[in-house]
Amino acid sequence: MTPLAEAPMQRERATTIYEKSKAGRRAAVLPDAGVPETPIEDLIPANLLRAEPPNLPEVAEPEIVRHYNRLSRRNFDLDSGFYPLGSCTMKHNPRLNERVAALPGHARLHPAQDPRRAQGALELMYLLQASLAEICGLPSVSLQPSAGSHGELAGLLLTRAYHADRGEVRTKVLAPDTSHGTNPASVTMAGYEVVKVATNQRGGVDMDDLRAKIEEDPSQIACLMLTNPNTLGLFDENIEEIAGLIHSAGGTLYYDGANLNAIMGRTRPGDMGFDIVHLNLHKSFSQPHGGGGPGAGPIAVSERIEPFLPRPQVVRREGAGGHGPRFDLDFDRPKSIGRLRGFQGNFGVFVRSYAYILSLGADGLTEASETAVLNANYLKARLAAGRAGERLPIAFDRHCMHEFVLSGRPMKKELGLATLDLAKRLLDFGFHPPTVYFPLLVDEALMVEPTETETKESLDAFADAVEEILAEAETDPEVAKNAPYSTPVRRLDEVRATRKPVVRQPLG
Amino acid sequence: MSRYTSATPDDRAEMLAVIGVSSVDELFEQIPGPLRLGRPLELPAGMSEAEVYERLAGLAARNADAEAEVTFLGAGMYDHYVPAIVDAITSRSEFLTPYTPYQPEISQGGLQVMFEFQTAMSELTGLPVSNAGLYEGPSSVASAGYLAMGATKRRKFVVSRGVHPHSRETLATYSVGYGAEVVEVGLAGGVTDAAALAAAVDGETAAVILQSPNFLGAVEDVEALGAAAKEHGALLVVACDPMTLGILKPPGECGADIALGEGQPLGNRLDFGGPSFGFFCSTEAQIRRMPGRIAGETEDVDGRRGFVLALQTREQHIRREKATNNICTAQALNALGAMVHLAWLGREGFRDLGELLVRRTAYARERLAAVDGVELLHDAPVVREFAVRLDAPVDRVLDRVAEHGIAAGYALGREYSEYDDALLVAITERRTREQIDALAEALGAAVAEGRGEKLPDSGSKSPQGATERVVA
Amino acid sequence: MAEANYPDDLRYHDQHDWVRLDGDDAAVFGITWYAQDTLGEVVFYEPPEVGATLTKDQPYAEVESVKAVSDVIAPMSGEVTEVNDVLSDSPEKINEGPYDEGWLVKVKLSSPQEYEALLTAAEYQKLLDR
Repeated sequence: MTPLAEAPMQRERATTIYEKSKAGRRAAVLPDAGVPETPIEDLIPANLLRAEPPNLPEVAEPEIVRHYNRLSRRNFDLDSGFYPLGSCTMKHNPRLNERVAALPGHARLHPAQDPRRAQGALELMYLLQASLAEICGLPSVSLQPSAGSHGELAGLLLTRAYHADRGEVRTKVLAPDTSHGTNPASVTMAGYEVVKVATNQRGGVDMDDLRAKIEEDPSQIACLMLTNPNTLGLFDENIEEIAGLIHSAGGTLYYDGANLNAIMGRTRPGDMGFDIVHLNLHKSFSQPHGGGGPGAGPIAVSERIEPFLPRPQVVRREGAGGHGPRFDLDFDRPKSIGRLRGFQGNFGVFVRSYAYILSLGADGLTEASETAVLNANYLKARLAAGRAGERLPIAFDRHCMHEFVLSGRPMKKELGLATLDLAKRLLDFGFHPPTVYFPLLVDEALMVEPTETETKESLDAFADAVEEILAEAETDPEVAKNAPYSTPVRRLDEVRATRKPVVRQPLG
Repeated sequence: MSRYTSATPDDRAEMLAVIGVSSVDELFEQIPGPLRLGRPLELPAGMSEAEVYERLAGLAARNADAEAEVTFLGAGMYDHYVPAIVDAITSRSEFLTPYTPYQPEISQGGLQVMFEFQTAMSELTGLPVSNAGLYEGPSSVASAGYLAMGATKRRKFVVSRGVHPHSRETLATYSVGYGAEVVEVGLAGGVTDAAALAAAVDGETAAVILQSPNFLGAVEDVEALGAAAKEHGALLVVACDPMTLGILKPPGECGADIALGEGQPLGNRLDFGGPSFGFFCSTEAQIRRMPGRIAGETEDVDGRRGFVLALQTREQHIRREKATNNICTAQALNALGAMVHLAWLGREGFRDLGELLVRRTAYARERLAAVDGVELLHDAPVVREFAVRLDAPVDRVLDRVAEHGIAAGYALGREYSEYDDALLVAITERRTREQIDALAEALGAAVAEGRGEKLPDSGSKSPQGATERVVA
Repeated sequence: MAEANYPDDLRYHDQHDWVRLDGDDAAVFGITWYAQDTLGEVVFYEPPEVGATLTKDQPYAEVESVKAVSDVIAPMSGEVTEVNDVLSDSPEKINEGPYDEGWLVKVKLSSPQEYEALLTAAEYQKLLDR
């Protein structure tokens, strides 16, 4: 059934901006220097200068605009369609947030500005810290980490500093086999060894395995990294016992906040016993993903971890002698692990996320999580009622939180259709596919996170599309196996791209 | 139903029926009772869009931004003019709202931008391989350290004190984790002390890390300094300001194995420090150790040109604890801003802007050095930033000059106790000759007034003294 | 090589490696047809250094496909005397000829007696059938 005619988008072959370049064209008109035109060689020794300017494209403004606008149409995006990408929380990105982030008082504020002349920015950061602390149920927050992975690294370095302060050296970090790949990668970067913990029949931490791994040598356990709800979308009911085990071994309990969107206002990591939490502001707090960044990964910590937080820390100094309170950057933190990056963090992201928190308020955040869980369970039920119930069964059959994981194993066995094929066929139906092949624990995994901002109609449409694809595959599995057909390009040769990587345009 | 959700009471009832539960609460029963919050979050009630706008506009108004005053602040982030097309393109939904391009068939726009960006950064730095971007500048230095450890199986970094203090501190923070030693080499005459550097590098050195122009604005002779690294088989890592690469010899031509830096000057606003992006380029030899995303060119099943994320086995979602880095963000939107800015400037414009910066900076440097009580900290060549010593307490001078609506620069004493009388002044194409003249006058007056004064004990910079209570 | 194939003149390790003896105390190692088929198209081979010491049952090299990385496990102990340089430019040889052009390393064996404990072709295939 392959449509033979190329879609217009397919007929337009990829052309880079460099291929549109023509010597002598330009867009920018620069101001006059207004100062003497001294030859550059008189100001900088010739051996430090480059012979030729870098080979940047030479294109006039109209062509630049057209080029990138056309390129943009070769992207699928959240504003155009359903994006149930598990573990990524693709919720609506309010445009108000963009507007307030662009205010010159935010956008053109220099990061080295004297804190006394950046009071609004510091107060905003302080208020965001306080809001996130309340949502997490922990007393202190650092906004500095740039993303979730950066927050994880921060959490592990905090753990190391905490133990070092007590004269302890610990070497092992426990993480479930279902954990996000960043967890073990961060563990290695922080100089620890990863110890995998098995998953039980209900999709939670296997308590016997956990006990065994701890008992091997409790004095070596630095930390347990956990996502709760976990990457299967399930809340681990044993969390209090888990926390007890880790704490009595002397370790810290780390919460990967990628799945916080399930629990806001319903339960809090701090109340579960976690010491360190990272939050993805680009997930639960509506910062647009930008095609792979920017985000921010603030961390919330318990009292015993607070002295080690990165510096600088935004603080509120109560005024003395009739002065009002003021906000400041506190560098005087002798036990701090130090900086994790330049300046104060991704402030533009803080503005957007604080605007989001203000818009929703306490009730709205809770309602967001409730609806996220409702939507996920509804979509799960809709799928289970159709062909997916047989071909794509739920991996762990219980109520889920904000996301759920299906296994394409029967589909592969019975129809010859891999999860990847289903994902590619969904592209032809105008959907972004769910996360595929994660968690590794589930064979042919398909991880679905609809988020609260989708309507019932869009969930229904997705369930209908899956049903239709499975029905189609029962008569002709080849259709899905060769999908997609309607996208700007079809399946790409990734082997070639990696065997002989071409990672830049060759220019003459 | 509240902001941004759309389930009506009817929808809810229908959905609950399909699920087979009677209430949403039932779905949350998997959370053990004692752990349920059982009370509303202690946060204000939600607000209308207009109210949120007013609230945040009110906070923004309490910041002295570069629209409200003339800023000579730099120190790694600069008040360049970001062309309007950058805003227009980066605010398009198709670039703003997708996730990382895991499904290449529907992500060709973003992937091609990465490919174009990699090409541009490769051209700028003179190295063949670029990734699609990292978080920002200083943490990119730490990532280079991690790469160098893997490549050389050594654990020592020799770092010039000319490298941005935030980069050095970030490297030190990471090094505690991955178990490396950081040795700093001092400056002489504004540039890295070559003899001290050569003495510090040995067979245990994984990387020599330089910055050019360095934090004091001085252009380093990277090629000469890098010889020590080559001699001992260490990697040469060079942090650079991308805006200077239209005129300065690219690190790749100076023997750098890795060139990286803070990308903010290209197409990104100040944003009080972020988000921006870090760029990271290397030789072919290091391609499989690179951190971050890399787009690669390929073809689809019908032979159409296309782009994919290449070399993904380096990354954490596949290699997990053996990944080359834990980073999985490319700051794609910020890198797009940079690419559009670079295309807007173009080959000639990019060089012209570099020359404009050199000439204006030379003018400013000369103009300020002629002020009574102001002298140059060093006379090494500079591009867009330079340092002066003041014969008056720097903080007091900054306050006085601020009264004229001018942020005079960055007090070097914040980071360098040896330069506690010095000021770092940055120039962009937005700083006119008239503004530079106004700075010189205001600075002259403030220095004259403050001459001979000593600041009170610098232990507490807070004007209200040590009696304050800190609330974290 | 499209069809499963396990030559009788080789011995096998249960982690999907093969050994071809070359004299009394030397051997060639590689990965089996099953291993390369499971992995898919190999895009990269990271060899050990010549002179490296291999320990039976321990990883000594890595092979990568587009979306997976696998450790290669040493079927016997010894010292690497030669690595297959061709693979750095043409890793696809591992798929095309896992038992000939796609060999990985040549090794001077430190414990030649380990050979006897390895699986025969028939035993290895029985393992795969399970």
